[in-house]
Amino acid sequence: MDLVVINLIDGLVTGLLLFLLSSGLTLIFSMMGVLNFAHASFYMLGAYFAYQISLYVGFWPGLIIAPVLVGVLGALVERYGLRRVHQYGHVPELIFTFGLALLIEEIVQFFWGKNIVPFEEPAALQFALFNIGGNAVPAYKVFMIFVAIAIFLGLLYVLTKTRVGMIIQAALSYPKTVEALGHNVPLIFMGVFGVGTALAGVAGVIAGPVLGTFPGMAFLLGSIVFVTIVIGGLGSLFGALVASLLIGWLTTFAATYNFEFASILTAFGMERPEDLSESYLRDLWVLTLPQIGPILPYLLMVLILVVRPYGLFGKRDA
Amino acid sequence: MTQTAQERAHVSAPASGITLSRLMPWIIAILFLLIMPILFGSNSAITIMNQMMITIVFALAYNMLLGQGGMLSFGHAVYMGVGGFMCMHIIRMVEKYGIPLPLPVLPLFGGLFGLGLAMIIGSFSTRKAGTVFAMISLGIGELIAACSVIIVVFFGGEEGISGDRTYGLPFFGIEFLQQKEVYYLLAFWTVLSTILMYLFSRTPVGRMANAVRDNPERAEFLGYSARWVRYFSFCASGFFAGIAGGMFAINYEILTGEQLSLIQSGAILLITFLGGVGLFFGPIIGAIVFTLLQTVLSLQTEIWQLYVGALFVAAVMFFPGGLAGVLMMHVPAIRLGKLHLLIVPYIRTLVPAVLCIIGVAVILEILFHVRHSAPGDNEMTLFWITFDSHNPVAWAIGAVLALGGFWLARMSAPDLRDAWHRANTLDGGAA
Repeated sequence: MDLVVINLIDGLVTGLLLFLLSSGLTLIFSMMGVLNFAHASFYMLGAYFAYQISLYVGFWPGLIIAPVLVGVLGALVERYGLRRVHQYGHVPELIFTFGLALLIEEIVQFFWGKNIVPFEEPAALQFALFNIGGNAVPAYKVFMIFVAIAIFLGLLYVLTKTRVGMIIQAALSYPKTVEALGHNVPLIFMGVFGVGTALAGVAGVIAGPVLGTFPGMAFLLGSIVFVTIVIGGLGSLFGALVASLLIGWLTTFAATYNFEFASILTAFGMERPEDLSESYLRDLWVLTLPQIGPILPYLLMVLILVVRPYGLFGKRDA
Repeated sequence: MTQTAQERAHVSAPASGITLSRLMPWIIAILFLLIMPILFGSNSAITIMNQMMITIVFALAYNMLLGQGGMLSFGHAVYMGVGGFMCMHIIRMVEKYGIPLPLPVLPLFGGLFGLGLAMIIGSFSTRKAGTVFAMISLGIGELIAACSVIIVVFFGGEEGISGDRTYGLPFFGIEFLQQKEVYYLLAFWTVLSTILMYLFSRTPVGRMANAVRDNPERAEFLGYSARWVRYFSFCASGFFAGIAGGMFAINYEILTGEQLSLIQSGAILLITFLGGVGLFFGPIIGAIVFTLLQTVLSLQTEIWQLYVGALFVAAVMFFPGGLAGVLMMHVPAIRLGKLHLLIVPYIRTLVPAVLCIIGVAVILEILFHVRHSAPGDNEMTLFWITFDSHNPVAWAIGAVLALGGFWLARMSAPDLRDAWHRANTLDGGAA
């Protein structure tokens, strides 16, 4: 039971982290129709910027400055990169963001090297907040949960209650009409791209100390974020939330329960062979759940796409 | 209006019958392939050329999807990889059980297994083009790549699987012990698959793939199922990717899970796009240039991937047609016989531009050295000159090259634009 609670908390942390990334990605997608492959790269930039800032002024200023820097960078990419490529169509746009992801990884390696950098959580949060059945829950994890929830509520408020949010929502469905009403739609696009990448930056800052700050972190999380928004339904913010939490819990639980597939084979009446090295099924006999945990999201995505191509909560298929 | 439409149809329809001028590029290419090992006989040169040929076949197969079918795949290395793994298993079985199978037919088996996998995956992934297809290909790619460490029986886990190609039945006395023999085997398969892929693009299915890429709705109104057209292209592409995998297995005699990864899939996208997706021969140029770039640059500098990445992003932004597209832009000028007008302006713009790029590269290299070399190790060598990387003079030279080159190129760019305009207009026509 204690393990379940611990797993629930860990899964929540992973899920909310995924949501910080997927919310921006899905917002950008529903607005511009661009699936931003480089989104996770901005998450990585957030972590590295915060690390660099933390060397001079500590963790807390970095929590604000790094995302702002990332957001400005994202807006510049939209203004001078994506808007230019947009004229060639959607496939070149995807290729552009893919190339950008490669380039950002190389740039990060150029400045900070290939190894993990020592980016650590602030000393003020390095203690165990409470214990569950002998397992300590670090204060930093609780802090991550609160930051993510605060951002989610803020996003919800801005999108549904403010004038800017109304214009954004209108521009989602009828960009031409909104433009005709006198709003600067390209500017809105640039702003949304900037804010989306800034959210990814926040995720990077708070995840960097826990998951490690290294050049591969973007590709490690990047494809999972894609999976998330595809499962949730492209363009659906609520779907992104549900899918993020689902994947967070799925991977966390799969990683801790040492379920052996041999028990399924025995249930089917098969006998464990004496000499495993000769059997063609030897991989199934030694397979455990933690081993296949990392590929469960991809399996889920393929299943969803086959059965319900527009995702769990999506209204349209892209 | 009917007349112009007819004329246009006449121009665009492929002329029937084989003429010498249409065969010429193929004959030259084949002769070129035949004499290359005689000109460059060293083992390292042949290794590079073998790598090139494998990449050519794979890139052409990839372009059947991206260029001809408009489908962007992020997981195409899987089909090449699975074909290669199957070939490796066949090589091992030949070694173990003594099956009488000559090595030269092996890529065919790779192709068949690539085709089989593509038929399964394509049955649901080709339902939609565009973003959904790209996402499914990414998911499947990651899935199979992740399986490579789980299913050890087939993929061999971390160390991959290896075999020995020389155990096969001797083929007219050739046992493929030498690199040169392998070269000619790979050259045969390269030529054969290139011809087949070219012919495929001329068949009605290949033509319909273009139509579905450009306007699926209209193709459906004409009575073609966009989905089935996509499915056929996808299967054909999987087949040729599998052949490339078989060639890879013969050449390297080892396959690892790395061969299936997103990195490989991304690399082939980069190669194809750099070469040019709009033209059949584009990926060939891309494969040759990229392999050369990889070998030359990776020997010279540690940050070659940064340059390649920057080149790729620049190509997507400014030259969506790739290298082949840039070459083909000059065809009208050649037809008008005015190419010579461009030579001087080109030199006047490109030389400063190259200087600017060299300047930027100098600064990057020095910066990289300053950040990542061991403390106290200030000496670095660049362009055969050894100097102190903390010396401001070196930085200044780089900066002057970069800024000066940029400024000069910028100054002469309007001249180039004028010359371009003149070279592409008929004499006496209203420009």
